Amino acid sequence: MSDKILTRMGDGERLRMTSSEVREDIKEATVDAASRGGIPELTAEEQDQLYEIIADPSRIVSVKPGNEAIVSDDGCSMAFYSGQDGGGVGVPLSRMQAALTYERACGADTISLGHSDYSYKPVKSIINIEANDYYNISMSSTVPFFYGAQPNMGLYFQPDGPCPNAAELLPLGKIKEARAAQEMAADYMADDLVFVAERLAEVGLEGLNFDTAGSAGDADFLAALRAVERIKEKFPDLPILMGGSAEFVIGMHGELMYDGKKIAGMYTHEQAQAVEKAGAAIFGMAVNTVTTESVQWNLARAVTFLKATTEAVSIPVHANVGMGVCGIPMMEQPPIDSVTRVSKALVEIGMADGL
Amino acid sequence: MGMQIAHIMASCMGGIRTAGDLVAWMQMTRKMKLNDAKAYVAKKLGIDVFELTNEDEMRLIREDLNLGTVTSIAGGPKGIRAKKKIGELLDIKIRSVELFKSQFN
Repeated sequence: MSDKILTRMGDGERLRMTSSEVREDIKEATVDAASRGGIPELTAEEQDQLYEIIADPSRIVSVKPGNEAIVSDDGCSMAFYSGQDGGGVGVPLSRMQAALTYERACGADTISLGHSDYSYKPVKSIINIEANDYYNISMSSTVPFFYGAQPNMGLYFQPDGPCPNAAELLPLGKIKEARAAQEMAADYMADDLVFVAERLAEVGLEGLNFDTAGSAGDADFLAALRAVERIKEKFPDLPILMGGSAEFVIGMHGELMYDGKKIAGMYTHEQAQAVEKAGAAIFGMAVNTVTTESVQWNLARAVTFLKATTEAVSIPVHANVGMGVCGIPMMEQPPIDSVTRVSKALVEIGMADGL
Repeated sequence: MGMQIAHIMASCMGGIRTAGDLVAWMQMTRKMKLNDAKAYVAKKLGIDVFELTNEDEMRLIREDLNLGTVTSIAGGPKGIRAKKKIGELLDIKIRSVELFKSQFN
């Protein structure tokens, strides 16, 4: 029987490491996150706490009674009926059956509905179908019921959309044209986000989720912020959860500003401040998992970013904990030993308001 | 799917099994941080914050206040009727409930 600690890599591979190796990973990762984000490292006590969570010999771990947090979701019930691409298990359930099963059999704090493509642009053409399903389920559900999708500005570039493709223009040195294309795409996308929100608001929408904002860069993030502002102006009572897509916003445009601050390069605590300023109720924090580093390395980074983010804003912060985010291994079937350790550490050390 | 369930088992408040949905409503509608939301809900229910995730206590409270229960009780409120009671208890506006109420006018 080895006295080494059983852990995993960021791609899910299981391995054993010595106590000092685990501690070194935690130290190295928190220093890395602090250096990149200009934020404090985890204290020695917090690093010890994280080590104890990783080194716990139990297969799964959990928070202490009284420390529980809210678990919101981004289309989790879709995993009942969808296939491999969505991490789904392919059970033949309707959307309503899946949502209510998630609420009642799993005990989730919130449930949600989303289009299979999980982007707002394709929702626009089937909005009546989505509104009808949302309304019917909302009459039967008891816990808060979100409608969610990704802003996903990539869909607005040719050949999928109307705008010249910025990713093709940039390598040609056409910087000005690439920026103009992104600004055009951002305008189209913001209009679509507002359109979908308005239609769903008419049928009693309880909460809206802009999931993975900024996936196409700073213009994507800005468009989502502008959409939040417009929606809140029209529907002040509509709660919006806006989540990021990475620990910093990629500067595909590079010059866009929000509230006097450059969006490109915004780390999670700065993203949260922008989201709070726009009027959202909850910020969803994402830190991408590095597959060639260990779970404790990835988790230490995520906890470091999360702690700074929860302290930077007055609104609740939920850590995104899907595949390949915030310390969860980047694989199709994340192991529950890693998942529960991530869950506990983010709540008890990172002080997440939710996951 | 197992990943979501693992998170729920490890750190979730428990939804309608306990008071998880009530605390979530406060985060959404009043932008309350976790501890503030828990304290608000506990005060409205007249219980200690620690009891919010105690199934033994919350089951009885939910049944008494018609907030919806995890097991299905014939004749018991669930869905929009339970949400109406939740909105009244927490003094918050739930948009689906507002639509529901408007349909009686």
